[in-house]
Amino acid sequence: MINKRVNSPADAVADIHDGAAVMIGGFGEAGSPIELIHALIDQGAKRLTVISNNTGSGEVGLAALLKAERVSKVICSFPRTANSTVFPDLYRRGKVELELVPQGTLAERIRAGGAGIPAFFTPAAVGTPLAEGKESRQFDGKEYLLERWLRADFALIKGRCADTHGNVIYNKTARNFGPIMAMAAKVSIVQVNSIVAPGGIDPEVVVSPGIFVDRVVEVSQPKHESDLVAAGATYP
Amino acid sequence: MTTEASQVGWSRDEMAKRVAIDIPNGSYVNLGIGIPELVAKFVPEGRTFVYHTENGLLGMGPSPDKSAADPELINAGKRQVTALPGAAYFHHADSFAMIRGGHIDLCVLGAMQVACNGDLANWSTGEPDAIPAVGGAMDLVAGVKSVYVITQHCTKNNEPKLVDRCTYPLTGRGVVNRIYTELAVIDVTSAGFALVELCPGVDFEFVRRCTGAPLLRR
Repeated sequence: MINKRVNSPADAVADIHDGAAVMIGGFGEAGSPIELIHALIDQGAKRLTVISNNTGSGEVGLAALLKAERVSKVICSFPRTANSTVFPDLYRRGKVELELVPQGTLAERIRAGGAGIPAFFTPAAVGTPLAEGKESRQFDGKEYLLERWLRADFALIKGRCADTHGNVIYNKTARNFGPIMAMAAKVSIVQVNSIVAPGGIDPEVVVSPGIFVDRVVEVSQPKHESDLVAAGATYP
Repeated sequence: MTTEASQVGWSRDEMAKRVAIDIPNGSYVNLGIGIPELVAKFVPEGRTFVYHTENGLLGMGPSPDKSAADPELINAGKRQVTALPGAAYFHHADSFAMIRGGHIDLCVLGAMQVACNGDLANWSTGEPDAIPAVGGAMDLVAGVKSVYVITQHCTKNNEPKLVDRCTYPLTGRGVVNRIYTELAVIDVTSAGFALVELCPGVDFEFVRRCTGAPLLRR
């Protein structure tokens, strides 16, 4: 019998090791797996490489992981947001390395990682500072840049509902990077509001097929980053 | 703070309205953050545009009232929005396949500088202590069929934003098709900037003086 359910966020992240590469889903607060990130802070792994579109806001979730100085490198398209002070401060003090990647290139590098494509050519960033040091090639008279895949040891993702086989559906624009990160990590961990038995999700609407998902954990009432930030919350 | 250029010409809403007039019925449109977002307020009578937001929604509608708000239904500027009937959600790789794959008809972006060869700079001033952040701008200009810029004609210090060559780091090379400012609508052509339309009450000589590269009058 397949049962990918784990009992708690703490159990779900228990084996994330020092130096691990961790993909963290979310675009702003939509899809940010705050409870899994807080469990990772409690767990204590350090020198992490975090792959995520943003760097969090306030001092909760991803921003709190950075604030706790557990992250040595961020691979990201937009490392600042309203209420985002933690990353800019660490970056200016030289405490965290940044690899800035155009958002679509970031998404495609992750997708490629999950799909077994080690590199691809893209037109994005040609002629810009982000093309420096990258191989380029002409196809049909147009210039493209070679970009490498991205893979990770773990992915932390937020969905809405999963079954025990790991099939996942998402909530609105919280889907964003979740499905591709689930493909690209060795161990993909998804927190969801509810876990159902096999058959509880119509196969026609499954977004992440269970083969891409290793662990599902129920967080029935996930917190929203904006509520926590508005309340002045910090973590831990 | 007001500049010589901003004392005359179209308001921001009027600029946005002028952009909307040029968008064909049925277009798939991506609006950048800031002034471009205003375009959505001025869909001409009888036309439907489908708005794409790169964080995974086609069919984006206006901000919700409080009862319908969901912090997980947002636009690229991370503001809460709605999904109109006929909308679709999708993941980021599909969203940028729509962009890079040439499926989005038009994007409207802000600018720090636009050069007369169509180069666009809109993501960084290149200052050493700035936190670099690029988002989806480089993918948009590389893949969307038409790239329109909506911007004030000059900076707050009254320096031209329409220039001979960009001095800020580029977002893309030779990517801008048309520019809407408070003074005029200007095309980027193989011969450089070319006037399409003047704001009523603004004369060509004035626009030419506010522009940092030759401006052709067709």
